[in-house]
Amino acid sequence: MQKFIYKITDEVGIHARPAGYLAKKTKEFESVVTIEKNGKKAVASKLMAVMSLGVEQGDEVTVTVEGNDEEKASAEMKKFFEENL
Amino acid sequence: MTIFEGKGICEAVAMGKISVIRKQKKEIERKIITDIKKETERFENAKDEVLSELEMIREKAVGKVGEEGAAIFEIHKMMIDDEDYNDFILNMIKDEKVSAEYAVFSASEKFSELFSSMENGYMKSRSADIKEISQRFINHLSGIDDNYEISEEKVIICADDLSPGETILLDKEKILSFVTAKGSLNSHTAILAKSMNIPAVVNVGDGFLSLIKDGDFAIADGFSGKFILNPDEETISYYNKKSEEYKERETILLSLKGKENKTIDGRKIKVFANIGDEESITAVKENDADGIGLFRSEFIFLRRDDFPTEEEQFSVYKKVAEEMSGGKVIIRTLDIGADKQADYFGLPEEENPALGLRGIRLCFSRKDIFKTQLRALYRASVYGDINIMFPMITSEKEVDEILSLCKEVRKELEKEGILFDEKTELGIMIETPAAAIISDDLAKKVSFFSIGTNDLIQYTLACDRQNLSVEKFCDTHHKAVLKLIETTIENAHKNGIWAGICGELAADISLTETFLEMGVDELSVSPSYVLKLRQKIRETDLSK
Repeated sequence: MQKFIYKITDEVGIHARPAGYLAKKTKEFESVVTIEKNGKKAVASKLMAVMSLGVEQGDEVTVTVEGNDEEKASAEMKKFFEENL
Repeated sequence: MTIFEGKGICEAVAMGKISVIRKQKKEIERKIITDIKKETERFENAKDEVLSELEMIREKAVGKVGEEGAAIFEIHKMMIDDEDYNDFILNMIKDEKVSAEYAVFSASEKFSELFSSMENGYMKSRSADIKEISQRFINHLSGIDDNYEISEEKVIICADDLSPGETILLDKEKILSFVTAKGSLNSHTAILAKSMNIPAVVNVGDGFLSLIKDGDFAIADGFSGKFILNPDEETISYYNKKSEEYKERETILLSLKGKENKTIDGRKIKVFANIGDEESITAVKENDADGIGLFRSEFIFLRRDDFPTEEEQFSVYKKVAEEMSGGKVIIRTLDIGADKQADYFGLPEEENPALGLRGIRLCFSRKDIFKTQLRALYRASVYGDINIMFPMITSEKEVDEILSLCKEVRKELEKEGILFDEKTELGIMIETPAAAIISDDLAKKVSFFSIGTNDLIQYTLACDRQNLSVEKFCDTHHKAVLKLIETTIENAHKNGIWAGICGELAADISLTETFLEMGVDELSVSPSYVLKLRQKIRETDLSK
């Protein structure tokens, strides 16, 4: 299992568009990607679940990646967060 | 034949089939089914249809508002594909043996509730997206073709009311007229109809939507404000004759193209056009306006689901400047408030938005957005005669702050080696009584005034212009309003700057002579009024 914590810098948080791209991105991997905010979890490939976390600018989220390609997936997810969120 | 009485917009008549935009969702009955497999298949088939329909709409939208503006439809596609949403529907069909329509309806209720209960304003408004995609689904399942965007012939659009966001994607080429249950003469629908130069009837009453259906034949009369459903032969021939007369008058007006806006005794003024989107530039040129007197830049913000970038704004301003080939283009900076905003601004609801954080006030509180716009405007200034105008001014201090922000932006651009026109003129809207009263002081700081009569009337007479119950107190010819306009023009001239009028009153030809006597330098009206106004000016003799 791979894990990292990321602080959201995007002004509007994880809003619809980045959540959509995030869902699309995670579908590239075999591993399951989970996002957690204040104890609430959502599987990253589920757009509405991620949006309903209500992640705003300044919030810290814990991203967990678990599966066969978790190392590669985690590295790419980290890059995705830094570039988009 | 049924006649509905409303208020008419644009003196013209439209005849044709109607297309109804229904926002109210109908209650979906909880229907029990027996064949789960068949119901699941119905759902999957409808899903394929909805996805391909959304893709088609997305492609259309890309052509009109660009890739970024069309992103909302990509999101809708993803929502349709969302695992939780799909599982909920499929489980419901399986476990409760209900129809696919009912399962989608339940999912819509559940997921929209999930978002509407969130604190974040942006997320809250996503519940509308869930409802929209679900409605699309239900329409496909129940075989309702409710997609007004893909109708083939020209139609009369009928709706409860229309917001700017809803009208932006309508294919303007296919609209004969708008008819709405609500709305006043100043509603968004009315302004849109004027800018498109098509008749509209607003405020026909709540009952009318339940009496009409897609494909019904009707007449919308912008002269009398009548909406006539299933007219009889006699009525049709009456209106055919009326249409002919209208066309004849149009021909006379068209003969005024290329002529001067000059009174009989030789006074010349400028007649400019107001526009609210790039598409209207065609109408500006067709109607031979001398320039653009009011370019409502907020449309660039209202048609998207996120802030437009500097590049995107720059390309719109540049295009308008170039298309007007040297003609004056007066661009008003973002004029948005709690009553007219895009969801992503996340502005809190206000008790009294007309007196709230709007126009320049909002720009001051969101300097990042304001400066991005100013940069885009200055960058575009080298491509034509761009002038920048600021809304909702009440004090000298505000003007000072604007001037120093503009200076800051110019310095930044200079430092970055980006070209801009240093002589870009800065002007202000005079639309509050305060600004009109101190116009002598304000005139010393800017290069021009443009009087926004819609707000000036509303603030001077304390009448909400969207509130029908006070419409009778809203005397647009009130002495107080005319005095403020006169004072403003006088003070402008005293200080060597020009003054124009860009509100609805500029198009009121019963006042044209009064405005000319006051010495107004420019009148800016909807493109469709330019030639009518020219005709009026050419018939006026001030020496009498």
